[in-house]
Amino acid sequence: MQNRYVYSTLAIANTEIRKLMRDPTELFSRAVQPVLWLAIFGQVFSRVKGIPIGGLAYLDFMAPGILAQSILFTSIFYGIAIIWERDMGIVHKLLVTPAPRVTLVLGKALAAGARGLVQAIVVYLVAIALHIGIRWDLDAMLCVAAAVFLGACIFSTFSLMIACLVKTREKFMGIGQVLTMPLFFASNAIYPIEIMPHWLKLIAIMNPLTYLVDVLRHFMITGGHSNYPVVISFGVMVTVFLVLLGVASRLYPGLVR
Amino acid sequence: MVHAVTEFAIETKGLTRNFGSFCALDHLNLQIPSQCIFGLLGPNGAGKTTLIKMLTTLLAPSSGAATVAGFDVVSQPVEVRRRIGYVPQMLSADGALTAIENLTLSASLYGLRGAVRKQRIDDALQFSGLMAAADHLVKTYSGGMIRRLEIAQATLHQPEILVLDEPTIGLDPVARRTVWDRLKALKASTGMTILITTHDMEEADFLCDELAILHQGQLGVIGAPAMLKQQIGPEATLSDVFVAHSGVTLEEGGHYSDIRLTRGTAKRLG
Repeated sequence: MQNRYVYSTLAIANTEIRKLMRDPTELFSRAVQPVLWLAIFGQVFSRVKGIPIGGLAYLDFMAPGILAQSILFTSIFYGIAIIWERDMGIVHKLLVTPAPRVTLVLGKALAAGARGLVQAIVVYLVAIALHIGIRWDLDAMLCVAAAVFLGACIFSTFSLMIACLVKTREKFMGIGQVLTMPLFFASNAIYPIEIMPHWLKLIAIMNPLTYLVDVLRHFMITGGHSNYPVVISFGVMVTVFLVLLGVASRLYPGLVR
Repeated sequence: MVHAVTEFAIETKGLTRNFGSFCALDHLNLQIPSQCIFGLLGPNGAGKTTLIKMLTTLLAPSSGAATVAGFDVVSQPVEVRRRIGYVPQMLSADGALTAIENLTLSASLYGLRGAVRKQRIDDALQFSGLMAAADHLVKTYSGGMIRRLEIAQATLHQPEILVLDEPTIGLDPVARRTVWDRLKALKASTGMTILITTHDMEEADFLCDELAILHQGQLGVIGAPAMLKQQIGPEATLSDVFVAHSGVTLEEGGHYSDIRLTRGTAKRLG
């Protein structure tokens, strides 16, 4: 019984990863944005001395935020592929199989996680080129990998959920655009939460991106430290993912009605 | 696998589906015998797609009941899904994957693994005449090859019932013929019940042992093509039967969204 869940999840994930490997151009075009943020925005903001970032160089402070941003921006448009698959009849075909619904959604989330890992490598390469102080110890890098994977799972499943609700590409693109910037700015990605106005702080604390950035800041750069205990951040991310997975699995069959 | 002993592969009782105030399917009572090729005809908007979606467990009925292979579509959807194969009207094989990858995904989702899966995939490729192109990306395939692959995907788990929504739409005459041959061969070799929807009278005449014409969500007429033609007159064609029972001429009917969908499929196939 459990095997059925595992096999079907892996079958979906395997298929999605094969498709990604066949089209690597997207992975590299996705690298452009982090380069711009770090090389231009980061260089300029490095000259601003008023941001309290605990003695870090600003570029070092923002690198984990930009890694999280690149995961967010890529994953949030994952749902567009689902709408395309619906229009193609692929979703109909998957839903007519006895595979449990949750595995169809989970498989896609895992594939998004794998794509997140490749993106992390790209952002690391950019960071190296900009002489950002990377932590190279294995434990830290494994924690970065786990956080990136989980973050990509969260935002891709969130995206799938939105796709199931709006059902058309045009509406989805609009909503995707509307969601990404607020999620990014209402987080600790490029400035600390402490300097935010109170209302924005409240939003930031409820934003899963904040916890992703917080973990990354601890494990990605030398001298970086997290605001929340790492266990709490991972706990929040796992909980958010499980809730999204549950909701998305319920909504997914509605795509073909 | 438990096979339910039943005379009818599919049976509906008072099956109804409303979308808001619109009644897409209106208290339909239909019995589809086992081991036949059954055609569902009717103008656009007659309720064919709604019926297919309910029989394949994609859509819940508003009222009434349906059993597929002896299992209730509402209370036993997983049992139904195990026993049916489905080829949607749209082009549902994934163009970014090879034939083998498409088949492997379907087989895995139907719970086939290891040596059995490999054997079934090999047999399916052989049977569909796709062995030589098995490792090519499906986006390089012709429309007929894609349809054959989709039929192979939908039958890997040896279902009791195969459901096809407009299986030859957008195909050229030669490709259409190969799909027909494939379906006839499937029925002959496995005794599978095959349910198709179609707008193509030649297809219905050539393939179907029995057919039903739906009109405004209700059953217009049901019977063997020869018998239905005879009822109209000695020279009658199936088109005459269609016009007599569907209440529209062949040129009428259809909505913008139906036509856009159909043309979209045809364009991708072409």
